[in-house]
Amino acid sequence: MSESKILVDVKNLKKHFSKGKDIWGRDTDVLKAVDGVSFQIRKGETFGLVGESGSGKSTVGRCLLRLYDYTDGEVSFDGQQIGGLGEKKLKPFRRRIQSIFQDPYSSLNPGLNVLELISEPMKIHGTHQGEDRKEIIAALLEKVGLKREHLYRFPHEFSGGQRQRISIARALSVRPEFVVCDEPISALDVSVQAQVVNMLEDLQAEFGLTYLFIAHDLSMVRHISDRIGVMYAGRLVEVAESDELYENPQHPYTQALLSSILEPDPKKAGQRLSQNGYTAKRGGEGNSELREVSPGHFVADF
Amino acid sequence: MTERLLSVEDLKVSFSTRDGENQAVRGVSFHIDAGETVGIVGESGSGKSVTAKAIMSLITPPGKITSRNVNFRGENLLNLSEKQWRKLRGNQIAMVFQDPMTSLNPVKKIGQQLTEVIRRHRGLNKEAALTEAANMLRQVGISQPEQRLQQYPHEFSGGMRQRVMIAMALSCQPELLIADEPTTALDATIQAQILDLFKELKGNSHTAVALITHDLGVVAQVCTRVIVMYGGLIMEEGTVEDIFYRPQHPYTKGLLRSIPKNGGKSKERLVPIEGSPPDLLDPPPGCPFMDRCPHAFARCAERPPVFELSAGHRSMCWLADGEVSVGVEGGTFA
Repeated sequence: MSESKILVDVKNLKKHFSKGKDIWGRDTDVLKAVDGVSFQIRKGETFGLVGESGSGKSTVGRCLLRLYDYTDGEVSFDGQQIGGLGEKKLKPFRRRIQSIFQDPYSSLNPGLNVLELISEPMKIHGTHQGEDRKEIIAALLEKVGLKREHLYRFPHEFSGGQRQRISIARALSVRPEFVVCDEPISALDVSVQAQVVNMLEDLQAEFGLTYLFIAHDLSMVRHISDRIGVMYAGRLVEVAESDELYENPQHPYTQALLSSILEPDPKKAGQRLSQNGYTAKRGGEGNSELREVSPGHFVADF
Repeated sequence: MTERLLSVEDLKVSFSTRDGENQAVRGVSFHIDAGETVGIVGESGSGKSVTAKAIMSLITPPGKITSRNVNFRGENLLNLSEKQWRKLRGNQIAMVFQDPMTSLNPVKKIGQQLTEVIRRHRGLNKEAALTEAANMLRQVGISQPEQRLQQYPHEFSGGMRQRVMIAMALSCQPELLIADEPTTALDATIQAQILDLFKELKGNSHTAVALITHDLGVVAQVCTRVIVMYGGLIMEEGTVEDIFYRPQHPYTKGLLRSIPKNGGKSKERLVPIEGSPPDLLDPPPGCPFMDRCPHAFARCAERPPVFELSAGHRSMCWLADGEVSVGVEGGTFA
């Protein structure tokens, strides 16, 4: 595993949002959503990112997609920096890096049918034409568990799980290498979540995809991820292989987070779920470098 | 010891829509005993929230309730006037909703909102009500309650607001608390704190709780009894041990199998329930789970009666009928 090459390399990434400006346009109040985050994602692996709302995990995802211009730091994809690139130079990367978002209701244009929805990225990137394109889309639909006859239907005719399948087909239509999955199953019913997770795993095996899997469902993240990063207040506090992280958490925040997992087993209902909350200030002056406590297991100072 | 608090008989709720009658709840019967914590689980559209709202008489047109009886302490709630309801609601039956951001009045101080309930139902004067409100906040784990009472909702975090809602609901010592997805909007560590609160509540008060959730982990943690809903009907009902260790209904089994085992430790493939829930505008006449059920057979086209497997463990499935023996694998949840 460790020999496989590094696809995404994030170094000291920062994204600050301005919350207020004075009359000269200078920032008076800055939200440090992501404040010095470094990690690497290897080709073919699933890197999970967990943390509470406001911890900055989605912002990291959006920076990797270059939906945000980040404030500082470096993101390189397959050896090339994507930070300073203009939209024109960025276009090939836009094809290679795709995304799936949480809400399958708002991420599909309600006025387009499935064929048009999935064609859109293919048109933009000029992959395949006409009948050829339609054939590929029909094949893709079958891959994600939908049918050819769904080609001319509109988003409102589908359930949440089916819409998420359409989003996945759309992301995969341009043969990406890296997919940022931001809470892809959170809006789905329990019985449907497993369908989508299994499908993501199958597609990864078939196309050699690399995933960044952002989620707050800790059991599901452990299930799907090879390695996991834990975020808190804009910083990464711990990174490790998933079983190592869950069995041997080092950082007090990770420990508090993991103790809050609800096991679906009444025998384990006896113990208290909450620990004394870990609180640290956002944007503290501390060092954001992680320390390697055992091979591959990195922890922030606390 | 077991005293019947609420019993619901054949509850049906429908909403008329442009496309027809949406039969959200299609004949649901269950009971809640004094002091117990009952989980009502189901996916979106299973009818669990609508059932709760119907009990609280919060169904408004185009919604329509048809039921024989919703009996609370010997009184049929369906026959109460709005005036009688005002006495009951908040006082004997209270409700906590999912979203603590929208259920508090943003322009009134927390203290004002809490004392309003206490003064209305318990007839205390202003000072006594404030002291009582501070006590309630302390009980739900909010520190410095006297200062907190002087603050507005926006000065509270999501988890703190949900605690305030629970404090408000408990302030009149209701006999029944209906909590609709009380932790779904909260972060994992905050959810843990609120669930610990529910656990304590179970130990030291006489309040019965109906906890509505889609999260089986939440149910396993805090409930003593579980009702599993699907397609507007109750599929299975039993103690937590019945449901988690001896599930009978294929839907319950499917739900349990579709979540990662051992907190996601095993990388073995998840077993999803294929397909999607039935359309309640035109619900199937038989078992609603028939289309997705791996064990479905001809008889499932006919709605199964409720079979009693052991005391209190009931299932609406033909396979539970002693006469039918189709090979079903052992229903233990590992």
